[in-house]
Amino acid sequence: MLQIKNLHASVDGKEILKGISIDVKPGEIHAIMGPNGSGKSTLANVLAGHEKYEVTEGEIFFEGENLLELAAEERARNGIFLSFQYPIEIPGVSMVNFLKTAVNEHRKHKGLEPLTASQFLKLMEEKKKVVEISSQLTNRSVNEGFSGGEKKRNEIFQMAMLEPKLAILDETDSGLDIDALRIVAKGVNTLKSPHNATIVVTHYQRLLEYIVPDYVHVLYNGKIVKSAGKELALELEKKGYDWIKNES
Amino acid sequence: MTEQDKILDTVTKQEYKYGFVTDIESDTIEKGLNEEVVRLISAKKQEPQWLLDFRLKAYRKWLEMKSPNWAYLKIPSIDFQDIIYYSAPKQKKQLNSLDEVDPELLETFNKLGIPLEEQKHLAGVAVDAVMDSVSVKTTFKETLAERGIIFCSFSEAVREYPDLVKKYLGNAVPYADNYFAALNSAVFSDGSFCYIPKGVRCPMELSTYFRINAANTGQFERTLIVADDDSYVSYLEGCTAPQRDENQLHAAVVEIIALERAEVKYSTVQNWYPGDKNGKGGIYNFVTKRGICRGDFSKISWTQVETGSAITWKYPSCVMLGDHSTGEFYSVALTNNHQQADTGTKMIHIGKNTRSLIVSKGISAGVSNNSYRGLVKVASRADKARNFSQCDSLLLGDKCGAHTFPYIECSNKTAILEHEATTSKISEDQIFYCNQRGIGTEDAIGMIVNGYAREVLNKLPMEFAVEAQKLLQISLEGSVG
Repeated sequence: MLQIKNLHASVDGKEILKGISIDVKPGEIHAIMGPNGSGKSTLANVLAGHEKYEVTEGEIFFEGENLLELAAEERARNGIFLSFQYPIEIPGVSMVNFLKTAVNEHRKHKGLEPLTASQFLKLMEEKKKVVEISSQLTNRSVNEGFSGGEKKRNEIFQMAMLEPKLAILDETDSGLDIDALRIVAKGVNTLKSPHNATIVVTHYQRLLEYIVPDYVHVLYNGKIVKSAGKELALELEKKGYDWIKNES
Repeated sequence: MTEQDKILDTVTKQEYKYGFVTDIESDTIEKGLNEEVVRLISAKKQEPQWLLDFRLKAYRKWLEMKSPNWAYLKIPSIDFQDIIYYSAPKQKKQLNSLDEVDPELLETFNKLGIPLEEQKHLAGVAVDAVMDSVSVKTTFKETLAERGIIFCSFSEAVREYPDLVKKYLGNAVPYADNYFAALNSAVFSDGSFCYIPKGVRCPMELSTYFRINAANTGQFERTLIVADDDSYVSYLEGCTAPQRDENQLHAAVVEIIALERAEVKYSTVQNWYPGDKNGKGGIYNFVTKRGICRGDFSKISWTQVETGSAITWKYPSCVMLGDHSTGEFYSVALTNNHQQADTGTKMIHIGKNTRSLIVSKGISAGVSNNSYRGLVKVASRADKARNFSQCDSLLLGDKCGAHTFPYIECSNKTAILEHEATTSKISEDQIFYCNQRGIGTEDAIGMIVNGYAREVLNKLPMEFAVEAQKLLQISLEGSVG
């Protein structure tokens, strides 16, 4: 589904990613772990197509298509979803209007008719249950006045609405209390299928107790220094990142 | 240039949609302005002596006045002798039915989305269509007449209801008020007149659609709205003009009189031709709009969405004379490319317990300059006057300007006046967030700008709000990319 080959990327001329290769197949969950500043969020943003990040070398293919040739909105319509570490507030734009526009852009891309208002509201009611999000939130402006936890839940709610093939969760666990974490994880697991894949970017293995990865990659200083099964997360938790730093 | 500026630089370039010219024979007078021209306009309209006298007084006053230079605008000098002051599409003298309106004219208004055939028209909106110097057609007149509501062209009002016109003309905007109001008072050609009798709630939106068509012609229309005791009316105004390389002058006057407990809502979507990307052409829009809340508990509310014109100089104001009266001003002003806008309001508190609210949202893109200028004045007898002002500016890109000039003159210690102001930029992160959900950049900016202006757009009547939203988006196309 997703092939990242020798990816190098920089921000403002500073190289952050220094040759990353990952292969993600449908149905898989990959966890990207690593200390602060290792390049985890950069990787997430490069995949989503943020223009601030410049790809200097390497290739990314998504379902056989060269991802680097696509603008961010085209990648999104092709099925890539990024759950933001810091979801953005858009004052005055209602969640309903925002999501309706997004959903209908996705439908247009697939050659489907746009949803009518009532069909859309029905879909929203259905998906709200997945993340136990209240109507109070969906009636407000996008992320405006949401608490940290509410913002993260709102990200997973949008994911449920858009049904991506590849979901990238960037530090979705940060700022969540244990109950919210459970709800978010439950949402992600409910949306899981043999046809879609998930990349979980996280500091801690805590989230991985709820969203169990097939592979764990440790990112350090812009490179993947270790890849293994889910047990690697536990080992990291025990030994800390210094262990990896010393090894590399 | 940063990535964001590149984006913003590319999203503001759609062509002006209403730039076409109608090929129609016009009755046009010679260029230039002098007392004879004033007399000629009055004669063409077969006006009574008192109205000619009003015009002549205004003309003589205008000659003594100077063009205002206090606004934050670069105004090229206007050659008033190079302007045609009267141009009317030629049509048969008396229109008894729509069949007699020139099809070319009907087609023009159809193209503008303003069908004049009543059965085709948006339910619940009566329209007075004004092209160049004359009113072409007023719809739903009979329906309104059943309730005693007068809605007709200004010329017709002068003929049919001279007493009403004479009583209220110049009440809110005296002929000597300012340079452009004096000019208008001298040469105004047509416009709309509206009278809502005592206790009547106008059952539909009334609207005037102004269209400049003829070249080298100034448009000087005059609107007078009188709401008698306990009445209510919501009034809409729209405007467009062909795309031309030379600038055209539009100097209108709108007067509103609200009597005891009357309420008037006046909404404008101003979309005059703004000039091209390089600042060539476009309308110079110098407009005086003022309402007087004469009766106790009366209310006047201005809502404007200003997206057009090369230069906008406009301050819809409220004079709160009656006790407990209310004035409101909601504004979205968008400037792009080389447009300049200096717009705002004056809230004059004279009666006791008067309240006013100002919500102004400026949006600047391209290399444009957008200024809010507002005065809140509290007279010594205006006990317990209240004002709240909110002035926000949104910048798209780093070559445009947003300016705020709030003035307060308070002569009463019991007044409470509040002013809040913010300036922000559309962030790259907001655009990326929308992109990541599959929404393209132009749509994202349209959405963000509309969200920013929502508080004001919500004040517009439904159909108008939808139009205004589209307009904001279109006006920004090409400013980002």
